[in-house]
This record gives sequence, C-alpha cells and structure tokens, in this order.
Amino acid sequence: MNDEPKKAAATEPPDDDKKKPVSVSPEGGESAEVKVDPGKTHVVATWKYQRPLTACRFDPLGRYVFVGAEDYTVQRFDLKDGKLTPLLGHESWCRAIGFSPDGKTTFTGGYDGRLLWWQTDADPPTPLRAIAAHTGWIRALAVSPDGQQIATCSNDHLVKVWNTADGSAIHTLTGHESHVYNVFFHPDNKSLVSCDHRAIFRHWNLADGKEVRTFSAPALHKYDDKFRANIGGARSLAFSGDGKLLAAGGTTNVTNALGGILECAAASIDWESGKLKVLHLTKEKNRGTIWGLAWHPDGYWIGMSGGRNALLVFWKPDQAEEFAKFAMPEIGRDFALHSDGLQAAVAMAENQVRICRLTAKLA
Amino acid sequence: MKCDYACGTAEHGTSRRQFLGGLATGVGALTLGGSASWIPVAAAEQLKHTQKRILTFFLHGGVSQLESWDPKPNTVWGGPFRSIATSVPDIRISELLPFTAQQMHHLALVRGINTKNSGHGPGTIQMTTGHNPVGTELPHLGAVAAKALTPPSFSLPGHILIKGGGNGGGSAAYLGPRFAAVTLEDGKAPQHSQLPETVSGEAETRRQEFRRSANDRFAGRRRTADTDAYTLSYDQARDLMARRDVFDATKEPARDQERYGQSEFGQHCLLARRLLEEGVPFVQVNHSNYDTHYENFDYHLEQLGEFDRPFATLVSDMHERGLLADTLIVVMSEMGRTPRINPRYGRDHWGTAWSVCLGGAGVVRGAVVGKTSSDGMAVVDREVDHGHLFHTYLQAVGVDTKQEFVIGGRKFPIADPAKGPIAELLT
Repeated sequence: MNDEPKKAAATEPPDDDKKKPVSVSPEGGESAEVKVDPGKTHVVATWKYQRPLTACRFDPLGRYVFVGAEDYTVQRFDLKDGKLTPLLGHESWCRAIGFSPDGKTTFTGGYDGRLLWWQTDADPPTPLRAIAAHTGWIRALAVSPDGQQIATCSNDHLVKVWNTADGSAIHTLTGHESHVYNVFFHPDNKSLVSCDHRAIFRHWNLADGKEVRTFSAPALHKYDDKFRANIGGARSLAFSGDGKLLAAGGTTNVTNALGGILECAAASIDWESGKLKVLHLTKEKNRGTIWGLAWHPDGYWIGMSGGRNALLVFWKPDQAEEFAKFAMPEIGRDFALHSDGLQAAVAMAENQVRICRLTAKLA
Repeated sequence: MKCDYACGTAEHGTSRRQFLGGLATGVGALTLGGSASWIPVAAAEQLKHTQKRILTFFLHGGVSQLESWDPKPNTVWGGPFRSIATSVPDIRISELLPFTAQQMHHLALVRGINTKNSGHGPGTIQMTTGHNPVGTELPHLGAVAAKALTPPSFSLPGHILIKGGGNGGGSAAYLGPRFAAVTLEDGKAPQHSQLPETVSGEAETRRQEFRRSANDRFAGRRRTADTDAYTLSYDQARDLMARRDVFDATKEPARDQERYGQSEFGQHCLLARRLLEEGVPFVQVNHSNYDTHYENFDYHLEQLGEFDRPFATLVSDMHERGLLADTLIVVMSEMGRTPRINPRYGRDHWGTAWSVCLGGAGVVRGAVVGKTSSDGMAVVDREVDHGHLFHTYLQAVGVDTKQEFVIGGRKFPIADPAKGPIAELLT
C-alpha cells in the first residue's frame, strides 16, 4: 500500500552543533596500481552533520555516501566536495539504506515502518514512492543482485520481498518468532537469508517464498537471567563473494546485557551446511557490536565494531582473530565498503561520518 | 484470662515469610516489633468500611520516561519512537504502550518528578519509602499500606511482592515484621507454605493439637504479647497454607490466562488481580529490567512490549469488576533515564525530570500534573519529588499522612512532614 510521504521537520540543533559540513583532508583520485593494504588504513575525510548518525552506505557508482541521522533524516554527502543534501521523508530513524545496482535509485527503510524510493542524484531527492511496509521498525533492507527485488525485515517478525520496479509485494515470509534483525540476498539471486533477535537464521527460496531451512548461531545470542532480557541477533550480515560463507556480526560473551558488557564477534557460517565455521573475535577484547560487515574482493571480512570506539577489524575467513585493525576514537554505528574496495565509511555517534582508505597514504 | 500486656493491639505478629522460614527450619524464632499503635483510630475505623488497596508496578532499573509517559518525538533527544493518542484527548504517550493508551481515562500522569538522585539504591529508597536515605531502614510503602489498610481479621498477608526479577524486599522497618513483604518469587506461592510430603494430614492434625494444647497451657499462666504473637503467627501461617490456592494464577479461567498472556509478567498481573480480589491491601509486581545503558530502544521495545498488554488488561479488568474505585495503581521506577542518548544507543540514569503513572482510588482520572522542557532535561512546571508522591499515594487511599506511627513510644511520621500531597491529583 502506498501512502503519501511527509516531510520531516528539521529539528533545531543545539547551538554548538550548528556546524556546516566540512571536509578534512580528502585525498585525490586513484590510480589503477593502488594496492589495498588493511594495515595501512587511515582516515582521509571527515564529513560532519549536526546530529548523531545511525547508518551509512556508498552508492554503487561511488559518488556519494548516504547517512541516516537521529533527526529522522537521511543525508547525502557528495564525496567530491562534501556537499550535503537532505532526504526528507521518514518519520523516525533510518538505519536501512540500499541502491539499485545501477546506482540510479536509492531505497531507505525507516523505523516508521516505511520503505521509500528516491532518485539517487536528484537535487534534492524527494520520495518517488513510499510503502507502509511493516508494522514496526524496518531494521534492514537488501537489494537482490539483479536489482529486481528488495527484501525488508522488521519487528513485526516478518520478512517481505518487494518488486523494485513498482513497489508491489512479492512475498511475505513468516516464521521468525522474534524481531527480525537482518536480511541479505545470496549472490546466486535465488536465495534469501534472514536472522532474528535470537540469532535464528531462515533460508528462503525466492522462487516460491518457501522456507528452505533454519539454522542458528548460538554464540550471537544470550538470555540474560539477571535482567530477564534477550540480547543478540545479526546486527550485520554479508555473504562472501562466492556465496559459500555467510557472516553475521553482533556480540558474544555477554555478561551484562543492559550495560553492554560484551564482546564484538562475527560468526562465519558455512552456507551449505548452515554450521558455524569460525567465530571471529578480536585479539584484544573489544566491548562493542559488529554493526557493519562486508566481504572484501581480496578475500577477507571487514567488520566494524562500535561500542568503545570505532574499530575496523580485518578477518581472514579461516582465522578467528584479525590480521589487521584500525581504530578511531569516536563510536561507530555503521560501516560501508565502497565499490572500489579502497574506501570505507563509518557512521559515528559523534555527528560525523569518517571516510577511510584501506591503503598506504598517497605521496 | 485477661491479657495484661501493654498496647492491646494485634500488631505484634511476625511476617509470614519469616515465620514460614522458621517453620521450615523448626526454629520458629520471632522478632517482635515492640509496642506499636497508630494514632488515628477514627481513620482506621473509617477504613474498615471501605477496604482500600494499592497495586504498584516497579519497573526495575529505571524505565525511560521518553519511551513511556513523556514522549518527545523528533526532538533532539526524543529517540526513534513516536507518540500515540490515548483515550484522553490531549494526552499522548509512547507508541510502545498502545494498550495502555486505551486505558488512559482510568489513569493519570505525573511528569514533573525531580528526585535529585540518579542511583538505583537511593532511588529505590526514595520511591518506596518517600524519604531520602537516612542511614537507617525505613518502611516500604507496602508496609505502611499494610499497617494502615489491613483489616484485623484478615487471614492473608497484607503486603505481597510478586517478584519477577529486580532487587528489594519490602522492609517494614520499625513497623514490625508483620508488615514486611511476603515475597512470591517468580510468582510462586510463599516458600514452605505447602505441607511437606513426608507429613501426612493425620500427623499434621495431631501435631497441631499437641502444639495448641501445650500453647494453651503455657498461655494460661504466662500469657504475654510475645506468646500471643507467636500463637497468631502460627494461626496466620495455617490460614495461609489452607488458602494456598490464592497464590496460584493458573486457577484463573483459561480465557483470562490467554488475555494476560503467557509471559511471566502477564501471569504475575493475573496473580495480582487474584490477590486484590481477595482483599490483599498491598501488592507490588516487579518487572525487570529497564537499566538500559546499552540499546535502550531495543530493550524498551522488548520490555514495554511485555508490560503493556497485561497491565492494560489488568486496569480494564479492575474497572470492570468494580475494584478500581478502591484500588490505587502506581507504575514507578527508582528513577528515569537521561534524555541524552549515549553513543551506544543507551540512556543512562536520570532523576532530574521524569514521570510516574498512577490511577484508580482517589486519583483524578485523565490528569497530567507537571511538565518537562522540550528537550526533557528539566522540569518546567509543578516540580514534585518522592515525598510528595508518597503523601499522594497514601492520601488517595484515605490515610491521613500528617499523622504519626507510635512505635515503642516513639513517634514516626507516616510521610515526610516537610512535604504534602499533589492536591490537584486527588479527588
């Protein structure tokens, strides 16, 4: 069902937050010989906004980084010059952003339960379509590799698949018994996987919308007896390039759920068997959550732990501990890998998105 | 034989919890509260005719006012949740409480609380005793209510805590252990209230006859307040054991089980209804936990999602059954939570500007008292604290809080003499 999108009123920020976006030391263009070296990761730009951020994604053509903010807006930063353009339409926080493979269309899912379509490079973008997709937060969205479908998941325990061309519903996938935290398409374009609060995964057949199987990652969930609260679920989700591994980022070794006394972790799962292959941790315990996760084309996982800081962690698929890491002092809330494989974005609680290069500094 | 002890009251009983613990160990040691009386006899007489009750919900850890009673959507620290309309025009509460919103016409809000404290321990003392911590134990609201509201011949405990997590036990302090909370751990009947399987009914009858005989013989010559209290506590314990089903919410109709839901909290609410219908003067239901320094919004979604429907069902049922007019309902915590959202999506401790929900007996329905600033950081109208609330709760059920308890010849104010009730909230 479509509804007319409303413009969110911008909230007046505190005086000391009334800062215009600024660019800090962006580096120049790329050469074909640039080599990725995670151990040399460094910050090349810091784009500031007036409110804490909740999400970030690069568009597939690498022109922009889109961020969600606590003022219900999505903001678009132009990577060339940091020009800031608001996307007004949600009535709550947005933590789900995706794109059509050609980069022309941007999709956002909000905690208002609405799924919005935008023209990526419009100035400013206004919602092209708005769907009341869920009765509850849209916690995540994913776009199919062929770009024809969008999957969303929500607190209503549902996963839904939508036609990107007209916004029509294709499947409503039922079975989860708790909030559905994340969703991701398999690279073969035939399967979808979702993960809920209890770290229960469901594998769905996209052809008929039937559930294929379930499996779990118990290391990513805990019921805290003292506080009588559940903590867990995939806060981030990604497939390896060949589709043989599924990684889910979150937390483990929770000793105090409500206080956030826990460790960041990513569970790497063998897709064929559904069994845990490696539980990726950090050499030094990091009290954070893997809010963002991506498979790098060079063959390793990159996770971003936010909690005490923003820690980029680089894991080889067969090793539990990282082979490289890069920490920033602010507290990260989301992470995205640029399509060039050279840049990463981290959305920070401290009103900024940092752009990192996974290479040595340019001369 | 005339009993010649000092006060002539029945205030000497030990708590059933303590007694039953003694029963289990075979010790039966008593701690008596000493001579005690409550001055306003006229008020007590009046209360006999209109049995009042208090039902409190203690949301342990500190529920966020912004995610419950005082939402501020799309403000600097408002968070992601929206507000929704309620059954009272102009009152909006968090979208996390849709069922409660439909019962708002039975309820009222105090939005201007400033307890000047942000600690769990001190906050719990403040909110349950009406006083700042003073280094000595003070009676819990439940103990005060039990002392003031329990009919003399009432055979069940007057102060019951249904514990679903969270700390705190409901001390009676100087009021004497008779008024301390009997705790239903996880909603189960009091410990040791069931005859051991190894003791047959016949053996139990013979055992009690022997005890009674020995007791009567002793009392015939040396009756004192202590011996009477001892006898009373046994009789109370036996009454309680005979009425053990009162503590069993599964005896309620299946339809009600369904309406309240199978969550622990839902069943505890149903048990609370059962106890209130039996005339228990004070029932507290704990719900844990809201101490959400991390992922405040996810946890409030979970916890208030569990709280909302059973609570609203109970409010509605109490109204339908005619109980609400005589029962004060209070939803409280030890404090609120910071308007400022921390980087881990948490909210921290905050006693400076927060809210309580109450309703039922003696309370103006649909009222809102107090106001916080647009960013939620301060009270900007009708600031009150725990002292005012304590007066309000008790006056709502007819207790003259300007009076004093006299315990062992010492006077103890029922509520903080420096404070008074929130008058505009009382009918």
